Amino acid sequence: MSVIVFLDNKDGAFVKSSLEAVNYAANIASVKGVDCIAVSCGKLSNEVLESIGNYGASKVVSNNTENADNSQIASLVSNLVESNSASIVVFSHDFSGKAVAPRVAAKLNAAIVSGVVELPNFDGGFTVKKSVFSGKAFADYKVNSEKAVLSLLPNSLDVITTDNKAEVIADSSDLGTAKMVIKEFKKKGGEGKIDLNEAELVVSAGRGLKGPENWGMVEELASVLGAATACSRPVADIGWRPHHEHVGQTGVAISPNLYIAIGISGAIQHLAGVNRSKVIVVINKDSEAPFFKAADYGIVGDAFEVVPKLVAAAKALN
Amino acid sequence: MKILVCISKAPDTTSKILFTDENTKFNETGVQFIVNPYDEWYALVRGLELKEQMGGTVTVIAVGGAENDPIIRKALAIGADDAIRIDAEALDAFAVAQEISNYVSDKSYDLILCGKETISYNGAQVPGLIAEFMDIAFASQAIKLEINGTIATIECDVQGGTEVLEANLPIVLSVAKGMAEQRIPNMRGIMAARTKKLEVMPGSGATNNCEVVGYSLPAAKSGCKYIDPDNAEELISLLRNEAKAI
Repeated sequence: MSVIVFLDNKDGAFVKSSLEAVNYAANIASVKGVDCIAVSCGKLSNEVLESIGNYGASKVVSNNTENADNSQIASLVSNLVESNSASIVVFSHDFSGKAVAPRVAAKLNAAIVSGVVELPNFDGGFTVKKSVFSGKAFADYKVNSEKAVLSLLPNSLDVITTDNKAEVIADSSDLGTAKMVIKEFKKKGGEGKIDLNEAELVVSAGRGLKGPENWGMVEELASVLGAATACSRPVADIGWRPHHEHVGQTGVAISPNLYIAIGISGAIQHLAGVNRSKVIVVINKDSEAPFFKAADYGIVGDAFEVVPKLVAAAKALN
Repeated sequence: MKILVCISKAPDTTSKILFTDENTKFNETGVQFIVNPYDEWYALVRGLELKEQMGGTVTVIAVGGAENDPIIRKALAIGADDAIRIDAEALDAFAVAQEISNYVSDKSYDLILCGKETISYNGAQVPGLIAEFMDIAFASQAIKLEINGTIATIECDVQGGTEVLEANLPIVLSVAKGMAEQRIPNMRGIMAARTKKLEVMPGSGATNNCEVVGYSLPAAKSGCKYIDPDNAEELISLLRNEAKAI
């Protein structure tokens, strides 16, 4: 019996959302009184692998196949589940989790609950809370099968670390033939740009900025704060900003610590993508903008006057 | 090219999300159901574009009762050739994916396109489950798709960027924004959709592994603290010292 958790890596290190997933899996393991075993695919240094103990895994099974596809990773994870008679498998509900977790659930005939936001409740059964309706509500799912695959919504829980090191177990099992070949990786944005999906701080702007030529101050505020930039749907649709910056119900859903919305009225579809942000700041010259109802801090004023003041104040703080 | 597009109904994006029966059921009163936007805007439209380029057919499939027929007709109006509804209760993603895979297993589709998730349950599960049940390739969160002979070249959103992948057909894709542009059905399409074939098939008895037992709404915000635009700088110190967000 163990709880198994899959870890994704990039550029020789584990990704942040995976570390959250390990912490979550370790918490479930401790409630259940069992081990938390992490599983990783790709070449990583022993030091990086051991460090996963900091997040609560007692062992890490490392297969050094490079560029494995989602069917191969699913084989690796489900074999480990079977060999450890595990009943719970954890992923992050990030890009890699969305690609691999459903395959693992199909292989194991397991319930799959994705986007979970809390530890499961084992009182008289097995229920777990997940985000639904694009962040507008939560649903409690009851697991009826013997095995369950849970994927944790990124940035849902605080991560607690220790100095523990994980025991590294090399795995050389055959992962079968890849069904897809990776031809190329294209890095998003320029060097030093912060990825929106991982960002703790986000500065976002909408039609209130009047034109793409006015984004300089938005980017400057983001850069001074160390934030990622985002935008509303209309702005992406008319081509002022790239599609991957569009946050909202039909774009990217994010949950940063701070979301600053400039010149965005706050349509229900936009709110759905950002309402899990911990602190929301709204800057809009229309005091009736619906976004103010969802805001923690608001400034009713002209973005072209307010934002330069914020840039100056943030610079002074640094 | 035989293309299958999986569609699901979802509450309109402006719907009020409320619950009934002691918070155990979604309150559908006054809710307008639409084709899940990722399924319609991106998966279906890209399927139609490929058919227009290369010839072939686009079939849409949905799992559920007759309440799905209006959204199926909408997909036909946009341009799908025919439709299948598997008349089984959509209990969970696992059951839906099993019903679809059982139905398509002997139909030799080249391409199975799904939206990346529904805007109601945000699962992102059905396409990956179908791929594994059928033991074929799965491109998750795809934003570009080109077909050359029997080879699909796909660009997918991944951590920190995008990945270009190559796979032999058949393949399942979960499709995200960027893949295509929304199409509005015209009157001719709407008229034609009325007579296109919508085949209703019995379910294969797939069972669910989980179920929703209750819903809740997020805690309301305690209220907005307004800062005078003339003293906008104050916001930065509040974010640092009060909210501890920067």
